[in-house]
Amino acid sequence: MIDKFEKLSLYLQFSFVQYALIVGVLIAICSSLLGVTLVLKRFSFIGDGLSHVAFGAMAIAAVVGLTNDMPLILAVTTASAILLLRTGQNTKIKGDAAVAMISVGALAIGYLLMNVFSKSSNVSGDVCSTLFGSVSILTLTVTEVWLSVILSAVVFIVFILFYNKIFSVTFDENFAKATGVKTGLYNLLIAVVIAVIIVLAMNLVGSLLISALVIFPALSAMRVFKSFRAVTVCSAVFSVFAAGLGILIAIMFGTPVGSTIVGTDIVGFLIFFLIGTFTKSKA
Amino acid sequence: MALLTCRDLSLGYDGRVIAHGINFSVESGDYLCVVGENGSGKSTLMKTILGLLPPIGGEIVTGDGLKHTEIGYLPQQTEVQKDFPASVWEIVLSGCGNRMGSRPFYNKEDKERARSNIERMRISHLVKRCYRELSGGQQQRVLLARALCATTKLLVLDEPVAGLDPVVTAEMYELIDELNKKDGITVIMISHDIAAALKYADHILHVSGNVFFGTTEEYKNSGEALAFLKGGENK
Ligand SMILES: Nc1ncnc2c1ncn2[C@@H]1O[C@H](COP(=O)(O)OP(=O)(O)O)[C@@H](O)[C@H]1O
Ligand SMILES: [Mg+2]
Repeated sequence: MIDKFEKLSLYLQFSFVQYALIVGVLIAICSSLLGVTLVLKRFSFIGDGLSHVAFGAMAIAAVVGLTNDMPLILAVTTASAILLLRTGQNTKIKGDAAVAMISVGALAIGYLLMNVFSKSSNVSGDVCSTLFGSVSILTLTVTEVWLSVILSAVVFIVFILFYNKIFSVTFDENFAKATGVKTGLYNLLIAVVIAVIIVLAMNLVGSLLISALVIFPALSAMRVFKSFRAVTVCSAVFSVFAAGLGILIAIMFGTPVGSTIVGTDIVGFLIFFLIGTFTKSKA
Repeated sequence: MALLTCRDLSLGYDGRVIAHGINFSVESGDYLCVVGENGSGKSTLMKTILGLLPPIGGEIVTGDGLKHTEIGYLPQQTEVQKDFPASVWEIVLSGCGNRMGSRPFYNKEDKERARSNIERMRISHLVKRCYRELSGGQQQRVLLARALCATTKLLVLDEPVAGLDPVVTAEMYELIDELNKKDGITVIMISHDIAAALKYADHILHVSGNVFFGTTEEYKNSGEALAFLKGGENK
């Protein structure tokens, strides 16, 4: 155990580990902010669909040979988010089907492209790391770090500025709309922010595990706290702890980063679940 | 000029008409009850008045300086709200959304308004409580306080007493009546409860089948009322 910690303190001096921690914490905060909204608006399925779209876009970027693939992925994912929201609003059932179609389609095409065109000798390894994010967080370039920092800052500022509107639209869309809140616009904003978060989070946990990063903190906080603000703050703190701890554990024990973070999220959720049950039965 | 006028209104979803030939007007200070069987389109009428649904035909005109976004609305409860983590304070304050415009945060005036409406609904002791843990009657008071933050003129209430026990129902009716009589707020209320409608309202709009609109006295002597009352007794 002692040498594990020695190994950790040694690793912490490497810039790639520092980058991973900085970016990981930022992504954790961003992805948790909209969690409550996504869970309550039944938007979580959109998050899932979009992450697959992001995977497809990443495959295309790899095939075309882009060195910096983030702008392309960002553009494609944002466009899909807007598209999905539009179809989802018109008719509910068709919206669900559209999400399923787009997400499974993007997943299959992405894999196909990577298989046919990839010059890498280890295609399934590449695919696996894109889906589960095993190494990308530890191989960030300085540009990617800056891009992540800037995008996180934008997401954070947008969330703070529109916090009250997001609350209204999430709690009671009809009331908000009737009193002149531009709900269409804010739904769009929420979709775009989700897209940005997904692209960011792909680096950390891979595209299959993103939903976990969004949902676990929100569900955990909702078990214990009673106001929207407390739940939001708690989700962010929860997410930072889970991500930070997950990254450290992954480095110490050489486990895959993404799944380790989700593992700590699950443990955290169980703890909050117990706290929630205990405090409720006492009250 | 009337506060709200509907002329030859047809309403429904996706071009499918649910009710048509709706003509009525509401003057400032009126108390209008909308009655009719389940599924006759009462909630749809509310949504159309609020601008949530476009009318299929006809028109809705507001007067007396009432803006479309200044109608206080108490919706039939939705699924989302049931497990939503929000405090009473947060919910009531969100009623000030229409005064906020593009401002990102609530100002002192908004908060003062929320506080006074919380007092008006006599729920000051609940401000910090979680909405989902309140009783049905308390929840309705919270939503009414929110609606009052959005308006000083017109309240639109969609079955405000649904699911409440008789004592709480009576309290709720008294509260609404007080807002109408004492504070001069115009009320449009959907109700299943024909007895309460006859007791409190001064005008009745009956949707379903033949549309009726008139004063409560006129309604008592009309064919619609007789048929509807009979139906009510059979339940
Ligand atoms: N979102 C909707 N889309 C399509 N039809 C709807 C929708 N909501 C309600 N309806 C239909 O419109 C009719 C009137 O509903 P509603 O206005 O809720 O009745 P009421 O409030 O009088 O009980 C019902 O037949 C209902 O099935
Ligand atoms: Mg109804």
